Parts: sequence; structure tokens; C-alpha cells
Amino acid sequence: MTTAVADAHDSHDDHGPAKGLGRWLFTTNHKDIGTLYLVFSLIMFFVGGAMALVIRSELMHPGLQFVHPEFFNQMTTMHALVMVFGAVMPAFVGLANWMIPMMIGAPDMALPRMNNWSFWILPVAFGILISTLFMPGGAPASGWTMYPPLVLQTGDAFPFLIFSVHLMGLSSIMGAINIIVTILNMRAPDMWLLKMPMFVWTWLITAYLLIAVMPVLAGAVTMLLTDQFFGTSFFLAAGGGDPVMFQHIFWFFGHPEVYIMILPAFGVVSEIIPTFSRKPLFGHDSMVYAASCIAFLSFIVWAHHMFTVGMPLSGQLFFMFSTMLIAVPTGVKIFNWVATMWRGAMTFETPMLFSLAFVFLFTIGGFSGLMLAVAPADIQYHDTYFVVAHFHYVLVPGSIFAIMAAAYYWLPKWTGYMYNETAGKLHFWLSTIFVNLTFFPMHFLGLAGMPRRIPDYSTQFADFNTMASVGAIGFGLSQLVFVYVLLTSKKGVTATARVWEAPKGLEWTVPSPAPYHTFDTPPIARVKQEAFE
Amino acid sequence: MSHADDHYYVPHGSHWPIVGSIGLLFLMVGVSTWLNGAEAGFWVMLTGVAVVVFMLIGWFTTVIGESQGGLYNAQVDKSFRMGMFWFIFSEVMFFAAFFGALFYARNMSIPWLGGSSNNFFTNLLLWEGYESTWPTNGPGDVGGEFEVMPPFGLPLINTAILLTSSVTVTIAHHSLLAGKRGILTTFLALTFILGFAFVFLQAAEYVEAYEHMNLKLTTGIYGSTFFMLTGFHGMHVTIGAIMLTIIWLRVVKGHFTPDKHFAFEAVAWYWHFVDVVWIGLYVFVYWI
Repeated sequence: MTTAVADAHDSHDDHGPAKGLGRWLFTTNHKDIGTLYLVFSLIMFFVGGAMALVIRSELMHPGLQFVHPEFFNQMTTMHALVMVFGAVMPAFVGLANWMIPMMIGAPDMALPRMNNWSFWILPVAFGILISTLFMPGGAPASGWTMYPPLVLQTGDAFPFLIFSVHLMGLSSIMGAINIIVTILNMRAPDMWLLKMPMFVWTWLITAYLLIAVMPVLAGAVTMLLTDQFFGTSFFLAAGGGDPVMFQHIFWFFGHPEVYIMILPAFGVVSEIIPTFSRKPLFGHDSMVYAASCIAFLSFIVWAHHMFTVGMPLSGQLFFMFSTMLIAVPTGVKIFNWVATMWRGAMTFETPMLFSLAFVFLFTIGGFSGLMLAVAPADIQYHDTYFVVAHFHYVLVPGSIFAIMAAAYYWLPKWTGYMYNETAGKLHFWLSTIFVNLTFFPMHFLGLAGMPRRIPDYSTQFADFNTMASVGAIGFGLSQLVFVYVLLTSKKGVTATARVWEAPKGLEWTVPSPAPYHTFDTPPIARVKQEAFE
Repeated sequence: MSHADDHYYVPHGSHWPIVGSIGLLFLMVGVSTWLNGAEAGFWVMLTGVAVVVFMLIGWFTTVIGESQGGLYNAQVDKSFRMGMFWFIFSEVMFFAAFFGALFYARNMSIPWLGGSSNNFFTNLLLWEGYESTWPTNGPGDVGGEFEVMPPFGLPLINTAILLTSSVTVTIAHHSLLAGKRGILTTFLALTFILGFAFVFLQAAEYVEAYEHMNLKLTTGIYGSTFFMLTGFHGMHVTIGAIMLTIIWLRVVKGHFTPDKHFAFEAVAWYWHFVDVVWIGLYVFVYWI
């Protein structure tokens, strides 16, 4: 692969992928890198899922049964870090890698070698993070939010935690730079900005958020590192610092981060619902403005995670109202999806089922978020299972369902074969039933006062916890159906280039499977035909 | 969107990214074990640094070779420019976190420790007698008595040096555009000399702070913010000066033309970025 400059000149035109392991290690191909991201994310999804099952097994009954409380805390922390940075984010980056160049008529990502590095930093970062499970003092157990002074009690794992977060940040920033530059510079002629598909649009905004906030997280964890090892006083009141300051810096990253995990999901659903409603997306431009508004608001709402920590009344009011404002652009999106379906000729293939469940269940998560935004009420909800229910509703039937929908929607384009529709539907129904069985009772637990991040609880919470645990185990097992679908994905009937009846967009003008190099020259005529109604 | 060529350019595969990842693995594991008290970690860390430096040299050599070989069309050039812009934006946000810490400490946490707003009892029960001031090493007098770094004197000289270097790099840029290679070479050399002079004086300032003023990284929040902000800035100036040196060497070798000189502009942008950060530092860390 390290050929001289001279023969590299014409090497991009015709040939297919390289052979063997080298293909994956040295690749600059957006499809290869997309596949790497998606496979990595699936592995992390099962690793993080196994940790969740440890948590739910322990909580199946009151009392301590399987694990020590310290290990329980390690599981909650690692589950969150693995799922957020290892499963959800890389899955969306993988989808971006695969689809954005095809959707905008580009030959590849703008900076293909950096693209390779963005991916190959991730296994290093998660290798380091997961290795902390075997260190003296165990893995980090402070919660993924890493609040000091608690996080400073981490054992040998502490510096490994900090540096793995640095590496995840590095990977995300490089990935995001690549996506922004690809979208802004590599669009085919005539693919002007407001003609871009919604998935591309939401990723443009997401990438901007990533570049803006990942460095802030890097700064925050760097301060933790120097407080621990070099005697600084950022989070030490005796030295004039403040532990609460960490929470402000962390959540300045953390709130945009939650939109980083949901905006691409909005994009995916905005692609799928029009296809299976056989109508163009209702209010494309208003969707763009709504996503931009959400991104802007995400920067000025962070302290709603900290209502109970103490802040001036004016601060509480500001953060309460700014948070509630987010419901407006989010509502625009929900209503636009509903309006897209209105009087459409709808069919219910697996991607559409996941998208419909997304719209419905994400809205539940959105509403509980609105409840949490109310500062005086939040003092009751804070640190209870209500919060756990809320963010799992937006992340599991939100982000994860959208990722699943995307996988089913584009799988025929990737493999060239139709997946097993029966198995897909089975996967959908099992996932949807179990996800609700898992997380819906948590609302009641939280309102009744059960605190989060505890391995034991009083007996009146037993029934709902058992339900949630049964649901979690069921949800985990249901994902094996998805693995079955993937393993048999090349056994179905051959997919046509269009795959679905009437999908819009450039990715459906190339054959299935998409050739290793999609566009050698700008697809001007196709843009005119396909991207415009 | 206009293209000079109708064919897109996609680079061939590269082993440099995976070398970089291996380097980062050694670097991060090394520094972590070293911080945990294992001597050997230091050498693992140095190995990692060496691999990363090797990767950077190799990767950039490849890219410079391809650029000189005329492989890159206008679109690639634009991708590089945009990439650099967004990279600098991410750096700005990294500094923003530390400026945020500084502002938060000065305007929130220290007045609260002194009993302002609704924190009367914080002051009375926890830190009785502490009056909020700036600069401070906190109510616990962390790090002991210290002197404040005065804004006039060495920091002012450093400001002048950095601002001058921004002018010299701009003169160099204009000379490049006008094809005046002699002036370009001279002023670019002047720029990195000024850059290294800044780093040298900054180091002298640190020695002075540590040896005569008892102002250290451990001097409460003032020492923390002072050294972390100026330290990260100094690190960026060092990187910038090294990049300027490399660009200068390329100029001497005859690289860059009036209409094709992405690397030069990228470094110049970076240099202006460290300059702007310094102005923020000078105003908020040293002066006000």
C-alpha cells in the first residue's frame, strides 16, 4: 500500500479493495472505514450491553446478589462510557462515512487518510478503557460524568480513564472535521446546501457541535489530571477552585453531546419516513432550521443538569426557560414527520417500523425531558430512576432504534442482497416490547423515589425492578436476532439499485452493492434528476 | 463549486495512521503507568513519543512529496484549508475551557468563598475570615505566600515579540504572493526566530516565578490558571515555531508558488491563532 507517489497517480480509478488485513489497516476508502466503524460499534454495543445486564441482574431483586457495590459502580460507569463513545457515536460516524459521500455525489471523504486514523484511534482508546477493569482498584466507578472529588478516588485506572477520553475526543474531532469538509467541499455541482438530504444536513450540524465541544471535554479532564497529579486547584475549594466548576465545564460539553447522539438519528428518520410514505419530506427547510436551532440552544442550557447543585435564582430561571425552548424546534421536527406520513401510501418494512417507533418513543423521552427541565420539579426528580428512564428513552428507542433503522434501510445497498424481512420484523417487535418493559417502569420507580446508581433498594421497588430486569435481558437477547440478520444478509434475493419502491437521493442511483469507488467524476445529471423533486 | 479537473482525486492507502495509533497507544499507556509510579512507564512514553514523531515526519513527507508532484488539484487544496480552519476552531475551544475556568473562578467561586451572594454561611462556617481577592491561592493558602506576576516587564516584551512576529509572517506572505523570494526567506526566518525568542523568555519567566516569587503550578487557583493557560499557549507557540521552521526550510528548497502554498498559509493562520490567544492571556491573566 505504501506505493511511490508516481504510481499512486492513477491508482484510484478502477481497482477494487486490497487483499487481506492490509485492506482494513491501511484503507482510505470511505466504505471500508464506514464498515470498520459500524462493526466496532456493534461489538461495543454488545460489550456495553453485557455491562447493562450485570446491572439489571443485580437489580432484579432487592439485596445484594451477584456483584460487590464497587463493581456495580464500575459497571454503571463503563456501561455509559462504552455506549456513548463506543457504540452510539461510532455507529453514526460509520453511517456518515458510508452514506454522505454517496448522498452528495462525492468520490470519498475529503481527507481519506485522516479518516483512517479517526477510526484506528478508537480501538486504542477502548482497549485502554476496558483494560482498566483488570487494574488495582478496578475500573472508574464515579459515573461517566467523572465528577470530582469522587473521580479522584479512582485507583490506578484514573490516568487511563483520562487519556482514553482524550483519545476518543481526538478521534471524534478528526472525524467531525472530515465530515464538515466533505459536506462543504465535496458536493457535486448543483447540490447546493438546501438541496442536501436531511441526513447530510443533520450530520453537518452534528460535526460542528463535535468540534465545538469535544475540546472542552478534553480541557475538563486535563484539569482533573493536573489536580490529581500536579497539584493544581481547579476543583479544590481550599485553593480557590470549585468542584462545581467541573460540572459546568463538563455539561457545557455534555449537553451538546446528547444532541450529537440524536441529531443524526433525526436525519436517518427523515430519510426513511418519506421513502415508505411515498411522499417527499414535509418541510425540508424547516427541518434544517429546527436542527440548527436545537444546536444553538444546546450551548446555553447545560446547567439544567445541575439544578440541585446550587446556583443563583437567575441562573435557574435562565436555564429552565432556555431548556424548555428546545421543545419548539423538536416539536417542529415531530410534526413534520407526522405530516410527511399524512395521507401517504405507507408500507411497514423493518426500517419504517423502527422509524415509527422512534417518532413515538423518542417523543415520550422528550416529554419526560420537559418535565425535568422544570427547575423546582427537577429537585424531586434529580438522581432518581426517572432520569434514567428519560435518557434511556431518548437513547435506546431514540438513537439506537434510528441506527437499527438505518442499518436495515441501507443494508441492501451495502451488501447487494435483501435482508431477511421476517427476522427483521421479529427483531423490531421484540426490541420494541422489551425496551418499553425495561424503561417504562423506571419512570414510576423514579417518581416513587428510587435513587439511581445504587446496587440495592428498598423492597417496595421490587416489582418494577424485576419487570425492568426481565425486559433488559429480553432486549439483550433480541439483539441476537439482528446478528442473525447480519450473518444471513448475503443469502437473500439480489437487491436492485433502487432497493425500495421510490427512495429519493443519489445513493439509489448507484448499483447494489455500491461499487468500491462510487463517483469518479461529478454526477451532474444525476443530481438534477434525483436530488430535486 | 468549480473544479479544475473533472476527475476527483483520492489518495492511495497509507500505513501512517496505524503507526500513529500504535504510537499513541505506547504514549498513553506509558504516561499513565508513569503517573501511577512505575519508572518503566517513562521509557514506554518516550517510545510512544518517538513513534508519533516518526509518524508525523513520514506522513508529512508523503504529503509534501505528493503536493510537489502535482497530485493535488484545487479541490484537495480547499479541503486542506477547510480542515485547518476547523482544526484551529477546535483549538480555540480547548483554550476556551481554560479561560472559562479562569473567569468562573474569578467571578463566581472566589467571591462565593468570600461570602458574596447567598454564601454568607460558606464563608462563616468553612472559611471564616477569607476575603475574596484576585489573584489568590484560595482560603486554604494553598502553596503558601507568593508574588503576582507583574504585567509590565517581561510579559510586555513577549507581547511585543509575538505581535511583531505576526507582522513579519504577514510581510512574508505578501512577499510570497508577489514572488519576492528574498524578502520571504528573511521575514519568515525572522518570524520563527521571534517565536523561539518568545518561548525562551517564557521559560525565563517560569524560572523567575519558581525560584524567586514562589509562584508555582501548585499556588492555588491563580497558579493553576496562570501556568495551565500560559503553559498550553507556550506549547502551541513551540509547535508553531517548529512548523514555521519547517516551512522556512521548504521555502529555501524552493517550494510554494504565489498561487499554491497551502502549508504556508496553514502555518500562518496557526501563528495568528497563537497570537490572538496570547492577547487574551495578556489581558486576562497578566493585566486585568
